[in-house]
Amino acid sequence: MNLRSERVRGWIWQVALLAAVAGLLAWLVGNTLENLAARGIQVGFGFLDQEAGFAISQTPVPYAPGDSYARALVIGLANTLIVSAIGIVAATLLGVVVGVARLAGNRLLAGLATAYVEAVRNVPLLLQLFVWYGILTEWLPPVRQAISLGGVVVMSQRGLRFAWPQAHAGWAVAGIALLVAIVLAFAWRYRAERRRDATGSAPPVLPVIAALLVALPLAAWWLAGAPMAIEYPVLRGFDHRGGIAMSPEFAALAIGLSTYTAGFIAEVVRAGLLSVDRGQVDAAKALGLSPGQRLRLVVMPQALRVIVPPLTNQYLNLTKNSSLAVAIGYPDLVSVANTTMNQTGQAIEAMAIVMAVYLTISLAIAAAMNLFEARTRLVER
Amino acid sequence: MTTPAPASPLPRPDRVSSRSSRPPRAGLPARIRQAFFASRRDTVLTLALLALIATVAPGLLDWLVLDAVWGPQPVAACEAARGQGACWAVVWEKFRVMMFATYPFEEQWRPGLAIAVLIALPVLSAWPRMWNPALPGVWVIGSLLAFWLMGGGFGLAKVPASQWGGLPVTLMLTIYGIGLAFPLALLLALGRRSGLPVLRALSITWIEVVRGVPLITVLFMASVMFALFMPAGFTIDQLLRAQVAIIVFVAAYLAEVIRGGLQAVPKGQYEAARALGLPYWRMMGLVILPQALRVAIPPIVNSFIALFKDTSLVVVIAIFDFAYAVKKSVETDVVWKKYFLEALLFSMLVYWIGCYAMSRYSRWLEQRSAQVR
Amino acid sequence: MIRAFLAGLAMALFTTGAAHAGSTLDAIKARDSLRCAVNTGLQGFAAPDSQGRWSGIDVDFCRALAAAILGDPAKVEFRPTNTQNRFTTLQTGEVDILSHNTTWSASRDSALGLVFAGILFYDGQGFMVPAALGVESARELDGATVCILPGTTTELNLADWFRANSMQFKPVVIGELSQILQAFFAGRCDVFTSDISGLASVRLGTDRPDDYVILPEAISKEPLGPAVRRDDWELFTIVRWILFGLLEAEEHGITSANVEQQRKESGSPSVQRMLGVTGDIGKGLGLDADWLVRVVGAVGNYGEMYERNIGPLGIPRGQNALWKDGGLMYSPPIR
Repeated sequence: MNLRSERVRGWIWQVALLAAVAGLLAWLVGNTLENLAARGIQVGFGFLDQEAGFAISQTPVPYAPGDSYARALVIGLANTLIVSAIGIVAATLLGVVVGVARLAGNRLLAGLATAYVEAVRNVPLLLQLFVWYGILTEWLPPVRQAISLGGVVVMSQRGLRFAWPQAHAGWAVAGIALLVAIVLAFAWRYRAERRRDATGSAPPVLPVIAALLVALPLAAWWLAGAPMAIEYPVLRGFDHRGGIAMSPEFAALAIGLSTYTAGFIAEVVRAGLLSVDRGQVDAAKALGLSPGQRLRLVVMPQALRVIVPPLTNQYLNLTKNSSLAVAIGYPDLVSVANTTMNQTGQAIEAMAIVMAVYLTISLAIAAAMNLFEARTRLVER
Repeated sequence: MTTPAPASPLPRPDRVSSRSSRPPRAGLPARIRQAFFASRRDTVLTLALLALIATVAPGLLDWLVLDAVWGPQPVAACEAARGQGACWAVVWEKFRVMMFATYPFEEQWRPGLAIAVLIALPVLSAWPRMWNPALPGVWVIGSLLAFWLMGGGFGLAKVPASQWGGLPVTLMLTIYGIGLAFPLALLLALGRRSGLPVLRALSITWIEVVRGVPLITVLFMASVMFALFMPAGFTIDQLLRAQVAIIVFVAAYLAEVIRGGLQAVPKGQYEAARALGLPYWRMMGLVILPQALRVAIPPIVNSFIALFKDTSLVVVIAIFDFAYAVKKSVETDVVWKKYFLEALLFSMLVYWIGCYAMSRYSRWLEQRSAQVR
Repeated sequence: MIRAFLAGLAMALFTTGAAHAGSTLDAIKARDSLRCAVNTGLQGFAAPDSQGRWSGIDVDFCRALAAAILGDPAKVEFRPTNTQNRFTTLQTGEVDILSHNTTWSASRDSALGLVFAGILFYDGQGFMVPAALGVESARELDGATVCILPGTTTELNLADWFRANSMQFKPVVIGELSQILQAFFAGRCDVFTSDISGLASVRLGTDRPDDYVILPEAISKEPLGPAVRRDDWELFTIVRWILFGLLEAEEHGITSANVEQQRKESGSPSVQRMLGVTGDIGKGLGLDADWLVRVVGAVGNYGEMYERNIGPLGIPRGQNALWKDGGLMYSPPIR
């Protein structure tokens, strides 16, 4: 064995490192087991089957305090995913608008957009959540003097309530028909483009798609019995009942996350649009492309390449930031896991579950992003 | 034979490019027209925005400034102005609690000085003239001074870390979070790029696992589970645990930033250094890292800004940082409880000033390094 | 490893003293200070004033303990904890004793690695509602929104009560007491539920206490008491007997005003034993002979502690009276 060889030295270092890490882990695990035994705290995931005993305020899936801890954690996860999904959509829309506004020729608009971005990015998200929560609980009227917009939307300190159609098979059928219509719309557009490539003239695309998206669900709804019953929120006893409810905690979290992340997305979009070489735009104009075509065929594909990686990073940040729900009382995964931890004493198992879930979400988004990057990588000569 | 002029004019350019391809005409009125009223749509937009501002701004200005209660006034003045003016008097009233939290009342000049020292350290480091070998020495002396002021001993009364609170805690968590995470991040970045598979696997595992989980879970782990991992009876202070958690967290993000910087260094530099016969660490220290860090400094400043904001999360493990101190200062006082919004706005202002200053500094740095290149 | 070096360096700068692997009692004496985990701010139990001075019955108990072990009731470090980290601060050794108006329950005695040393205050869980709602009984709360703190027996009892009475409720759960109270007073919830003593304390802390009413039902038993770590038997015994000592002092009419006089002049054998004039009870506990003299001299007897702290809340002795007066407070003899 040649000790002077760099390869051999490298392997010796690695073996030593591995041994050190393994030793450290063994020591930590040993301490942990010893401490747990000394304190009489149980180990293992058996607690997941035990009765939870506590109530949760937002339950997208039915839940009662008699259900198991496992079910409570699933509710927490569902809440996290729901608020993250809504936050991502809202933040993207708002962020794109603000990002484009920052590049506008109108200095007032650009100035307002810049002020918005600078205001939102430089203040901690936690404090912004407190402000939103404070506004929603203190400035909205009490339940008995709720603001009612035609009986359809009711706003009060207890949250927002929307009138919602009563559950009926007809709506489910209409929903399925809508999905079918979307698929057909894509198929039609594909076919129209093939026809145009082949013969030079294309059948109308937009009108057909519009017709499909409207007519098919409508027909399905009609055929399934045309259910018209709508549930309106009604004040009964302590609070309104009926319709769909959105608690102030959820609203504060969704609004706070969206406005905060939109500030960052605006910067990402702006950087992306600025990255497209001016020559590209001028060449597109010289070719006689309309502004819409210019945007769709020349600017966006190039801008997207620059935008998408940091954008997915922002989506990831938003999902992780949803864990701040624990500070304002929205029952997301971390919040429910925290309560579980306090009631059972099994901190390690609860935290392990939470970290595993977030890791899975992060790795999934990162993998999707890698796929996208691979597909859009510049193929250079 | 002359060719006829084109039948249709060129398509009308859109807003963005007209700014770039048409040179602005001289003279202030023309510039104003260009900026606000360049087209019909623009004019409508400008007027609509002005109308919006006109409806909202006066009321906001009244509430925030004109009708507000400034200065150290009794709560009765705030009660009188309730609904019309903000009660900034709450800031004067609770200033010491907000800044220093649970620190013993008579000794509060010490954290005041410590705040000055802790702000001076990064400000000095930001000044390019200070980028010389004396800088680490300044840091060591400054840190010792700050800790002596906060903790006591050698002539000052001892104050245990469990009573530290407020702005000094936020500054410490941020500054030492980044400072102590930096060497760790460097090792992780180099480890991730190294050819040794074990080292690479360990680095990637640390970086990806820590980056994939929220900071709150790391803080919970440090606060709740740290003692379980240590031998029985061994415990360290709550504040130190939070600091270590932050260091572990920040190191993973900084490692990625440094890795980006390392990737920006052309391969030729590595090869040339090797050709000159430099061993690994001298190559890194003399050739690669100076270039890599020059590229990486703006994102590192951004990480600093992000960490400054993220320290507010220690609220959930009941550590008295600035945000928590501000919250507690009004929540537990029966008389001033109603004015929590003003206190919250004050804390947001402090964070905003810090972050905005740092982001402008970051932009200045980027421009400067672009010029140097 | 760099990590260990850095941690060691930071430790040298920060640490306020690692706990010994030996008994907590030795650690307290070596440190010459008692570390006590208390509520962040509940009037009557543990609350700091604007200068940072703590007061309350839990605070007084810690002071009594410090007087007994260290001779000086001022040698206490109070560590405010919330309902989510109070147990872990005790488990990890950051504090020596938990005196945080905590309910003694079977699961807490067995699965959390700590033991309760006695009952300082018998309480029950109740509900507080705004008077304007016109609710008169806890059975009329179907559909209400309830503010609660997480990680408490309160949370579980609430769910049980509503289930048992076939009622529904919507919880609002925030971990900070001051924040959940803010939500309740802003009108976010209809009901706030906690131990009745806590409700009384909170109600008096508002500027209009008559706007809120505490409903008559007590839906659970909530015996509040101090807790220590599971293997701290010496400290456990001391804490338990200080509790009993306070009761015995009241039973025998020993107050902070007359304790010195009683020590010198009392002819009653039981008083002489308690105050260390005869016998060696103190030695058996690991304390000085005049441990109870110091305790009563520092905080008074149980009745005085109660009057000083809980009296202003307007809660009558009730269950907390001595057994002779029809309450539940009964001490084994000190002999």
